[in-house]
Amino acid sequence: MVSSIEELSARLRDKLYIADRGLATAIYLALKLERPLFLEGEAGVGKTEIAKVLAELLGLSLIRLQCYEGLDVNQAVYEWNYTRQMMHIRLAESRGEKLEEKELFGPEFLLERPLLQAIDPKVKKRRVLLIDEIDRSDEEFEAFLLEMLSDFQVTIPEIGTIRARERPVVVLTSNRTREVHDALKRRCLYFWIDYPTFQKELEIVRTKLPQASEKLASQVTRFVQELRQLDLYKVPGVAETLDWTSALVALDKEALDETVVEETLGALLKYRDDVDKLRGDGSRALLERVKATG
Amino acid sequence: MAEHHLLRNLVLFGRVLRGLGLDVNPGRMIDLAEALAHVRIGVRSDFYHAVRSLLVHDREDIPLFDQAFEMFWQKPLGEWKRIELGGRRIRRARPRPLVALPSEGRRPSGEPLPGDAEERPVIEVTRTYSALEALQSRDFSDLTEEEMMEVRRLISEMIWRLEERTSRRYRAGGRRHLDLRRTLRRSLRHGGEIFGLARRELRTKPRPLVVIADVSGSMERYTRLLLHFVYSLTQGLSQRVETFAFGTRLTRLSRHLKDRDVERALAGVSSAVTDWAGGTRIGECLKAFNFDWARRVLGGGAIVLLISDGWDRGDAELLSLEMARLHRSAYRLVWLNPLLGSPEYEPLTRGMRAALPHVDDFLPVHNLGSLEALARHLERLARRAPYRRGTARSGSVRRVT
Repeated sequence: MVSSIEELSARLRDKLYIADRGLATAIYLALKLERPLFLEGEAGVGKTEIAKVLAELLGLSLIRLQCYEGLDVNQAVYEWNYTRQMMHIRLAESRGEKLEEKELFGPEFLLERPLLQAIDPKVKKRRVLLIDEIDRSDEEFEAFLLEMLSDFQVTIPEIGTIRARERPVVVLTSNRTREVHDALKRRCLYFWIDYPTFQKELEIVRTKLPQASEKLASQVTRFVQELRQLDLYKVPGVAETLDWTSALVALDKEALDETVVEETLGALLKYRDDVDKLRGDGSRALLERVKATG
Repeated sequence: MAEHHLLRNLVLFGRVLRGLGLDVNPGRMIDLAEALAHVRIGVRSDFYHAVRSLLVHDREDIPLFDQAFEMFWQKPLGEWKRIELGGRRIRRARPRPLVALPSEGRRPSGEPLPGDAEERPVIEVTRTYSALEALQSRDFSDLTEEEMMEVRRLISEMIWRLEERTSRRYRAGGRRHLDLRRTLRRSLRHGGEIFGLARRELRTKPRPLVVIADVSGSMERYTRLLLHFVYSLTQGLSQRVETFAFGTRLTRLSRHLKDRDVERALAGVSSAVTDWAGGTRIGECLKAFNFDWARRVLGGGAIVLLISDGWDRGDAELLSLEMARLHRSAYRLVWLNPLLGSPEYEPLTRGMRAALPHVDDFLPVHNLGSLEALARHLERLARRAPYRRGTARSGSVRRVT
């Protein structure tokens, strides 16, 4: 385990994750208080990444639940293995035995889905549970989660209550495509991840893509930072900055120029309106500004 | 000693935050006290982030929290006794109402309607068939005060039911999908022999409704009743209804309209909107909607009702662009125009012409009859082809499932 915020920051950095003080504090407290961590922010600022890095850093296994509309208990918690059950019935029949219902609904016929895996008392080690994009699930699922996240237990009618021996480290993420219920947020530590500052983003680029030249890294970062000031439908996140940089590295670019910006804009902007807006004069003006300051 | 003061100050700070409308309760404060044992409270930023991550859980509240924090924890830790809040106060910034919502007998701008009450003819509204029928077809802008009250009452009695979509959850029944779980359970009653297969089917779920209403000057004569109409929708439908008003800027009204008390709801609306009866910039306002709200309220196949007469002083090209964007993200985009009530009306204004190619249905809202027609239309939306009065039929019928 980690014993201070500084240590956590340093170890996150070892795993190539640059967290500012606030985020490190929130993560640290989530670990110490054994509370879920609720991360909100625009797409591509590194919310999901945190769970992955955290699992790696703590040497714990990561269990991921990707949310979508209609996600229900059978897909998130458990399901019975019907084919095995049927087979068992047939086998018992062929032996002329009488089957008890209890036999059919035992642990050996239970298929564990992510949430049950995360609290399985048979596994002695803590796990990291990532509940990704909770805003995509529907209210019914959110209500279910509420119970599970406060007690870390689930009740399966045929078996009974299953309670975690070690509470998992839980990270929830949301892109805010809809408002998540207050009751759920109240059970968590909350952190809003903003777009990084120039310095921080440059650091991220240099850490993640050391093969990019210093000049390229700084120009790319400046360009994206300028781009975020524009009136775009979808502002690029850090993930896009990294995609773009690796595309430029793959093209053996040492610095930005007009042609390559035009050609690779698609790595950065994901809406046609935005691409149209920037094509030609728009990107040229931006590039000039970048070159002037860099 | 310092610990003691810290705790007291924390409790005090919690109270300040609660006073500002943040969701702070004793349970959270206990968590916070526990959390502080894990950080070095002498380090201001650690202390700040610890308190913030436990007491704030909405991005919108962060600036408010920052301000309160700055003011409250001014002194260095060693000097903490009971912190005096000083004379300064922090307030949640709420736009002050510039113009009040018209109360009875007033224009939205606050002037009384021409002619005082005594001059106006008093009409006995009895609910005989003919009186009702006459009211059905009376344009909202020609109603007397008494008729207006009757119409409001009738609007509040209207029953709204929106066409539903299939959800991705199942219920027992139907014939399409096999339900293995129930099949097996049932078979156990017969010692594992399967006699019949249990089936399940997809449930249906109401579509969210989003209303974007024009409250600019040219809509003034309709605004009051149309707000009642939106209120009745919000109260009457089981699904989520999100409402926005616009003139020169976009304002979200959903929260106010959820109030069970109609007077309080409309008072809330009137103080929230700061640009009553002013100009219209539809394009800019739709852009604000598309950028800030579309991704949050249009999920789950929403139906959008856009209420406006299409008089626009803004950029027509922008309007066309944003209408196209809205059209792409909505299940069905319905434009309601009070001017369509007049048989001579033709959508010739620049704004209307720019918007029309991106509208699924173009319908009037000028009297009770048109509201009832709208209710029927919305109930069977999927089975109805897009309808546009006053324009040449467009050949492309979109997403009719």
